[in-house]
Amino acid sequence: MKKLLTGNSAVSLGVMLCRAEVISAYPITPQTTIVEELSEIVADGRLKARFIRVESEHSALACVAAASASGARVFTATSSHGLAYMHEMLHWTSGSRLPVVMVNANRAIGSPWNIWCDHSDSLSQRDTGWVQIYCQSAQEALDTVIMAYRIAEQVLLPVMVMEDGFFLSHTSEGVDVPDQKEVDSFLPPYKPRFKLSPQDPHTYNIMADPSMFINFKHDAQQSMEQAKKVIARVDREFKGHFGRGYGIMGNVRMADADVVLLTMGTVASTALEVVDAFRKRGKKVGLCRLRMFRPFPAEEIGKILSKAKKVAVLDRDNSLGAGGIVAQELKAALYGAAKKPRVFEFIAGLGGKDITPEDIGEIFDYAMSHPGPNGGPVWMGVKK
Amino acid sequence: MNGMETRAKELLDEALHSGHGACPGCAMPIILRTLFHALGEKTVAAITAGCFGTISGTFPASPIRIPAYNTPFPSAGAAGSGIRAALDVKGDTETTVVAVAGDGGTFDIGIQAISGAAERNDDYIFVCYDNEAYMNTGIQRSSATPWGAWTTTTPPSELKVQPKKDIVQIMAAHHIPYVATASIAYPDDFVRKIKKAQKIRGFKFIYAFSPCPVGWRFPSEITIRLARLAVQSKIFPLYEVEDGERYTLSVEPEGIPVSEYLKPQGRFNFLREGDMERIQENADREWERLMRRF
Repeated sequence: MKKLLTGNSAVSLGVMLCRAEVISAYPITPQTTIVEELSEIVADGRLKARFIRVESEHSALACVAAASASGARVFTATSSHGLAYMHEMLHWTSGSRLPVVMVNANRAIGSPWNIWCDHSDSLSQRDTGWVQIYCQSAQEALDTVIMAYRIAEQVLLPVMVMEDGFFLSHTSEGVDVPDQKEVDSFLPPYKPRFKLSPQDPHTYNIMADPSMFINFKHDAQQSMEQAKKVIARVDREFKGHFGRGYGIMGNVRMADADVVLLTMGTVASTALEVVDAFRKRGKKVGLCRLRMFRPFPAEEIGKILSKAKKVAVLDRDNSLGAGGIVAQELKAALYGAAKKPRVFEFIAGLGGKDITPEDIGEIFDYAMSHPGPNGGPVWMGVKK
Repeated sequence: MNGMETRAKELLDEALHSGHGACPGCAMPIILRTLFHALGEKTVAAITAGCFGTISGTFPASPIRIPAYNTPFPSAGAAGSGIRAALDVKGDTETTVVAVAGDGGTFDIGIQAISGAAERNDDYIFVCYDNEAYMNTGIQRSSATPWGAWTTTTPPSELKVQPKKDIVQIMAAHHIPYVATASIAYPDDFVRKIKKAQKIRGFKFIYAFSPCPVGWRFPSEITIRLARLAVQSKIFPLYEVEDGERYTLSVEPEGIPVSEYLKPQGRFNFLREGDMERIQENADREWERLMRRF
């Protein structure tokens, strides 16, 4: 059924359709309306689940992780400082190999206070062992939540689904909400391979001494590698069921593109308009939207960019002293590639600053008019 | 004596086996054995960082026979709620959930999550074993360390000058259905309280006194005796609080001088003149304050 939904509402309905059994979350802007809507969905009986209204994000993730270890399908959601507060539990959840699904409505982290979108919250958690998928539309957010459970329960790693704060979380669009029966046939009930049970007692997360610890981390690494294939396969299956697929990245006008814009999230929608406008003027530009950030699709991205002469990376984040995080990852991925485009780096849209079509036009113009990058990243929109 | 022998045999059917790494004379394994024995096999435990977390096994071996889940330091309160919710949603309302934490995981870094779970009145038992300092990391002061005690962060020239945080009152102020203090020197009372807690729906807080030979500097063979002296000197009164208001005294203490409890412990070796009297006065005052609630 087609409905007019915000990103947050689409996520809430997605969680309902997945029949999550234990939900725990703490409100934070711009994620809050997910918590509110799920509370209502559970309260009015549309979803048979326990909703635990905890006192912090650390407890929210600790709570759903323990529930997951007890065999339940679980969900939590957060943003920004909430995600940062979960940091310890993020590592713990992936280390415990628990298939937790979380939605993060991307928001800048203070100080100074800022409630608007950028990707620094989730990108600064890139090393916590979670699969990370960045969405562009409310439809994609709903669909990705459904896929996330299939992925997480297959590879036994937690999955974080990102939606841009406000740009996606709070704006409405037409969303095709799948029928419960269709979702049930795509996503069967969670059958845990391991769970806390008096019938089969084990002690979970005990000490692994130096001779064993590395094995746990190596196993998790292999599962994360495997996740690449699983994500692609689940996406294909999803397309078979629902007629919509997203791939591990979204590529537009890439076949003959000389200059490619690489970015994540909703800004790709704006960029698409600009790409089309440039194409009309005969400029061979393309767009690559990175959807799967963890595991990082190093090979795939090297392949898709092998024909391009230049790639402009638009980072909605910055690692102080190192530059945009997506750009760093891309450069590392391209290091061993046979054909390497020149990489131009741009930092824009921090703390919710609008990234306009003119900004993206400027980025393309800069990349086309310069033979190579001139030093570090170009910061867009800094007031003089 | 026959009755005692029977109970000793019963205790052999226990869920904490030898092979755990606790120090000789540690009270905590005695607390855990009593706890798990009282709760029975249909129990799931959440364990947090601290002494119990450290001795809960080294992969792939575990000394614990019931299912148990280690969770990071601040999160025992939240993990208990999560396990309970998952069991409930799967239709298992019979299995008991117990979260176990030390004084650090309860009084200090863990208090936020515990207060949250207590306020929600989530249906599980929280057991605090209080050894009155961060013993697992090597005897650093906690908010449970008593006035005048030496620790590695309160050296002799700067002993702890704050009184111990009153965790029982804090938990009772949540108006949860059941709060009880428990001592390994009174195992029948301990078991009775655990079994009582197991039958009550809602959040239950059991506060167990856990003498630590290493941190308190006493010989490992007097652990039980010290636990008894703490009760008899009114330092650690045994009582219950139901619904935050109904107080019941479990053991009437003899009221022996606190010096009998303090003197065997090296951590109190640095008290100055008059300090012993001050501790006695404080214990008397606290006792009177407590008695006014009965």
